[in-house]
Amino acid sequence: MWTIIHKMGSPPWFFRISGVLVRWLLPITVMLLVCGALWGLLVAPPDFRQGNSYRIIYIHVPSAVVALAGYYVMAFAGAVSLIWRIKMADVTMRAAAPVGAVLTAIALVTGAIWGKPTWGTWWVWDARITSMLILLFLYLGVVALFEAYENKTAAARACAVLSLVGTVNIPIIYKSVDWWYSLHQPASIKFTGESAIDASMLYPLLLMIVAFYCLFAVAVLLNMRAELTWQHRESGWLRQIVSGA
Amino acid sequence: MQLLAANQVAIERGERRLLAGVDLSVSSGDIWQLVGANGVGKTSLLRAVGGLARLGVAGEITRHGTMLYLGHHAALKRNLSALDNLRFHPACDVICSDEDIISALAAVALAGYEDRPIGALSAGQQRRVALARLVLSSASLWLLDEPFTALDVDGCAWLEERIKQHVAAEGAVIFTSHQPSRFGELQQNLDLAAYVV
Amino acid sequence: MSYSKTSIWQPMSSEVASLSIWGAFARQFMRHCKSLVGSPADAINPLLFFFMVVTLFPLGLGPDPQRLAGMAPGILWVVALLSSLMVSAKLFASDYEDGSLEQLAMAPYPLAVLVMGEVAAHWIATGVLLALVSPVFATMLGLSSAALPTLVASLMLGTLSLTLIGAVGSALTVSIRRGGLLLSLLIIPLNVPVLIFGTTAVSEAVIDGNTVSWLALLGGLALGSLALLPLAIGAALRVSLDN
Repeated sequence: MWTIIHKMGSPPWFFRISGVLVRWLLPITVMLLVCGALWGLLVAPPDFRQGNSYRIIYIHVPSAVVALAGYYVMAFAGAVSLIWRIKMADVTMRAAAPVGAVLTAIALVTGAIWGKPTWGTWWVWDARITSMLILLFLYLGVVALFEAYENKTAAARACAVLSLVGTVNIPIIYKSVDWWYSLHQPASIKFTGESAIDASMLYPLLLMIVAFYCLFAVAVLLNMRAELTWQHRESGWLRQIVSGA
Repeated sequence: MQLLAANQVAIERGERRLLAGVDLSVSSGDIWQLVGANGVGKTSLLRAVGGLARLGVAGEITRHGTMLYLGHHAALKRNLSALDNLRFHPACDVICSDEDIISALAAVALAGYEDRPIGALSAGQQRRVALARLVLSSASLWLLDEPFTALDVDGCAWLEERIKQHVAAEGAVIFTSHQPSRFGELQQNLDLAAYVV
Repeated sequence: MSYSKTSIWQPMSSEVASLSIWGAFARQFMRHCKSLVGSPADAINPLLFFFMVVTLFPLGLGPDPQRLAGMAPGILWVVALLSSLMVSAKLFASDYEDGSLEQLAMAPYPLAVLVMGEVAAHWIATGVLLALVSPVFATMLGLSSAALPTLVASLMLGTLSLTLIGAVGSALTVSIRRGGLLLSLLIIPLNVPVLIFGTTAVSEAVIDGNTVSWLALLGGLALGSLALLPLAIGAALRVSLDN
């Protein structure tokens, strides 16, 4: 088993495998996204209360879910890098951070777009959106810390420590914001009504979630390839792969 | 007794490789000087073998016994007295009595200065307070980064004597210096130019 | 004043006793306590900052006593948080610059334990002191006196967590020039639970509700931080030393 892990840590091997993966995954992702979007935006029935404006959840929910999962991916890669000192894990962590940050931003913006027709305001301090905002800060912190260090090996190590501390905190932050919200909730308005979601709306949502996971994977792999290309720009095996196969 | 064994040590800073393939073996009674031009990596190597720098250090390094590191910074708090600074020194692993500390300060020509705050001492005097650790410490291996800098003639003579005493008592010293060898036959040189990448 | 040429080095008169790990912790704690006593500005300035910023709120929101009293728990806690940020920014800075961190890293004890001595000294000088003085400012904002004991307790427990989290941030940014703002960016998200639990505890005390669960949560956070964060602090300091 160690040989497999060792292999995964080797840049030339990773480059070859990721090339194949991306070649397959990119069209699949595009297909899933297009199908999911069409299904959700056109085919699924309009909501009883919100009419057609609810359809933004087909972008809002998947991006929020994958943004949160992405933080754990980043923290896990950081932990692997800290414990086993595998350089490829560093690269994975660096690649995942900006992708996760962008997805969080998309979740926030689409949340605001959803909010306007539904509640009348662009921003409302409800539990989930506030937690998303804090997640954005956590991501931006990792990105900013990486940029601030001159020695990039040390930078990766520092970001690994930071994202691990953040990971332990995320459930605590989420729960505390949840309680905060339920304590201060104005009695008349209920912002997050949890009505059971109908199957005809659930399936396109699930499809979009899968599509976004694939999108995350593709984006991270492409980022990693770009980073490795820069790091090994002068080595022979890279020229071979790029020019030959 | 072997105090330090470094095998095929390579040092990288960020993406730049500084040194590769360094081998060093230090036993009791050795004096080693790391020789090289400015910026070649003397301080980085010293910190690497001491265990201070861990990132970007490849190769095997085994250490036996305790170490004392004296770098460019004196690690003294400006608003504490010399006595307090040495009493509570962060790297000190033994309990020294006040008399020992006072006599150590006397040995470095600072008798009577024990209770003055460090901020009130000159740079040379502050350097000597740091050197007083060499009198108090029981560590076997000393890692000294440019210890002779900022010392006057008397100070250099004192430090040479102290180092000779330490290695005679089964200790060892690794130091870096721009100046040529002071210990003649007693010391061995490690020329880092041979290991530059 | 000349170097003693005759007896340069004598064996130490006292028995060379080795320091236990607890002794090493206590020694670092004493070192920083003495240093803080030597320059009391390090402990007084955060208090003054707290005082002045609390004053800004009535100036900004208007002097209506009822509104101020209603907002008092939040105001006091937010300002305590900002004060803690200010302290954290300087926590390891002086030790990094004068080389003490290097020496701590070279000592034959776990770095995490040694720096806890420094963190503990700073917590007592800033967190505990702040908690003890807070009733004065709370009364200025009109917080009901029934809530004052809860305020003090919440700040004591809360500042412990805040100091520890701040230490992680400080450890990560100490080797960066102008790392102060970055420190705030890193710390603020992690401080949110402490803020929420602290303000809720005090608000509950005002209406004579259930403060114990919120204080217990604060205590839980404090103990959890104490158990887990020193490791992160030690790791982060070693990374900073390598930068």
